[in-house]
Amino acid sequence: MTTGAITPYRSGMKPGRDGFAQLLRAEWTKLRTVRGWLIGMVVAALVTALLGLFSASGSHSSCGGPGDVCPAVPVGPGGEAVDDKFYFVHMPLAGDGGITVRVTSMTGQIRLPDLTPGTRRVVPGVEPWAKAGVMIKAGTRQGTAYAAMMVTGSHGARMQYDFTEDVAGRPGGVSAASPRWLRLTRSGEELTGYESADGTHWTRVGTARLAGLPATVQAGFFVASPGDLTVKQADFGGSIEQIRFAEATAVFDQVGLQGKAPGGTWSHDDIGVTTLPDGSFHHPGGFKESGGAYTVTGVGDIAPYADGQRIESTLSGVPAGLIVVIVVAVMFITAEYGRGLIRTTLLASPRRGRVLAAKAIVIGTATFVAGLAAAGVAVPFGTRILRANGNYVLPVPPLTEVRVVAGIAALLAVAAVLALAFGALFRRSAAAVTTAIAVIVLPHILATASVLPVGVAQWLLRVTPAAGFAIQQSLREHPQVIRNYAPSAGYYPLAPWAGLAVLCAYTALVLGLAVFRLRRRDA
Amino acid sequence: MTRQLHAEWTKVRTMAGPGRLLLAIIALTTAVSAAAAATVSCPSAGCEHDATKLGLIGVQAGQAVVAVLAVLTISGEYGTGMIRTTLAAMPRRATVLAAKAAVLAGLTVAAGTVAVLGSVLAGRLILPGNGFTPAHGYPPLSLADGPTLRAAAGSVLYLALIAMLSLGVATAVRDSATAIGVVLGLLYVFSILPLMISDPDWQRLLWRISPMDAGLAIQATTHLSSLPLSPWAGLGVLGAWATGALLGGGLLLRLRDA
Repeated sequence: MTTGAITPYRSGMKPGRDGFAQLLRAEWTKLRTVRGWLIGMVVAALVTALLGLFSASGSHSSCGGPGDVCPAVPVGPGGEAVDDKFYFVHMPLAGDGGITVRVTSMTGQIRLPDLTPGTRRVVPGVEPWAKAGVMIKAGTRQGTAYAAMMVTGSHGARMQYDFTEDVAGRPGGVSAASPRWLRLTRSGEELTGYESADGTHWTRVGTARLAGLPATVQAGFFVASPGDLTVKQADFGGSIEQIRFAEATAVFDQVGLQGKAPGGTWSHDDIGVTTLPDGSFHHPGGFKESGGAYTVTGVGDIAPYADGQRIESTLSGVPAGLIVVIVVAVMFITAEYGRGLIRTTLLASPRRGRVLAAKAIVIGTATFVAGLAAAGVAVPFGTRILRANGNYVLPVPPLTEVRVVAGIAALLAVAAVLALAFGALFRRSAAAVTTAIAVIVLPHILATASVLPVGVAQWLLRVTPAAGFAIQQSLREHPQVIRNYAPSAGYYPLAPWAGLAVLCAYTALVLGLAVFRLRRRDA
Repeated sequence: MTRQLHAEWTKVRTMAGPGRLLLAIIALTTAVSAAAAATVSCPSAGCEHDATKLGLIGVQAGQAVVAVLAVLTISGEYGTGMIRTTLAAMPRRATVLAAKAAVLAGLTVAAGTVAVLGSVLAGRLILPGNGFTPAHGYPPLSLADGPTLRAAAGSVLYLALIAMLSLGVATAVRDSATAIGVVLGLLYVFSILPLMISDPDWQRLLWRISPMDAGLAIQATTHLSSLPLSPWAGLGVLGAWATGALLGGGLLLRLRDA
């Protein structure tokens, strides 16, 4: 007797491949073929771009006067807009050399908010960042390269150069009892600042390398005082900033110029002073000499300029677009639970983590493309509209503009993945959409447009996924310039990439949780 | 109508979701109000905060949960297919929607009242510790004060109108995710539009028609003359939005297949 072997049935068909590429293709097919989702993506891009263009076209600015021509804003050596307004007593210096002065007094006056409307309230005082000291500058034209060694109202001695750079020296102020000696020397393109309490023992504060400094420069001493800033809550949320007049007066003596001075006499210029229609000057500075002591009064500041529209103000449609993206991303997974398709999906591809990964990649990529298109339209065209409406748009380097546009697309993409993860975690669209909006969009709105104090707003933008919005900030903060560095004024507490990293960390965490639950639970 | 009301009440009563959401409305509103009261301070130099509005700020967060509750009242039925049974049993669709609206409004007013009272109480207890003292011109929050009572009662009405607006939108778009997205976009994103535009005329116009900005005018007790709308007119704007949404949703409910 023999027992016949039974051959089990084997299908003649080639087994289907179940690589990750096939999974991606399957998920892409789902996204592509549900008409509502595709429309949603297009709507997200349109809302983002159109709201941005709309807010740009609703923002007008005018300077008044004949022809309504705004004064040109000077541009610094780094390409950024700058304030360059101060009183400068100078003479030409050919080749290497230096200048030394002693500052014996620094006083000033500040205009405070009016107590009775219409009555100017001017009190004696020196602004914290009022500056008096020595300067070597490429020329008297605004925006040219410079280095300066100075004493400030309440931040001690500093060396500053090319508008953005600031090096701290010895703290302390100026008085007749403790005068401050300041020295700045030039050697080729290198300028070095020194300070001293007695004129014999000198301490080096810093060295600046000013590329392309001409052979003959202007060397001298200067005074400037930024205006006094107050910030007030606005009626519709946000804040109103007011900058009022302030001036500083410093007395210089023991002035010594080392090197070849072809001119030989001091000239004095109120750099950047505004001329009023009647030909007089608006808040002019002043200069007086008596017995080798020079009394100089200056108004204005030498610093980066930030009073204008930023390129990211054309991205005001992002929160609206983000909500649409969140809805689509959540439905991309919850619709499968609603219809029971998830069981087919997981049957076809039993490795569940990979399913969610494929979904995340597909929705993230699709959102990135939509966001790139939206921001790529809103930023360049929005800035053009802003300029056409008379607004001054602060110039930024091309790389910063690319970072803002690509960064917003990345923000939308990562937020879409986070929303998807919430959808996978909760399985219910209402809960997932609400949670995603509550943690990504709401903190940003609360932080930038509500009555919350600045400290709370900054914490919201540090610890919630809304930190990712920092990626759109195109201007840097400068500690040496007093400004309203609040979220409502467009300054985020975290650096651009650090903010986006916070959002990414949250997304990784929630996606991890979602994968964990998808593996452990029945579908 | 009694039978429809009874049916809707039974649905709400026997599901776990609505009860939790009502608790969430109360908890979130009170918690956010208390947190805001604890973080905002009034220095001795004086401040220009509206203490009543500050004490009721949690309504801005609680309204999101109200919207979820309202959306799920109808979208939940579309999601499970229950809507077909409902409409087969009660063919007069406008009455069904009216019954849903009535039950929802009752629940929202109940939860909203507790939430608003909790917020006022939190503000009354916390704000004086942060410098909101009579010496700085801030008497403790009290419902005996006319404007504060109007703000508190108005906030409850505000939440009820948000529920109506959300119900109308959800009836029109059916899908819960889309409905929530539309409602929260309409509330939160619309409310920041006035800040994005520098033109003052546009700002005031957008503020006047924004459901959240105009509706929350009911909470204002200071600087009333600088508001683009009076408190009750502002709540009226939200009322118009809610009426429009309910009418639109009701019309679509009658015209479309379920």
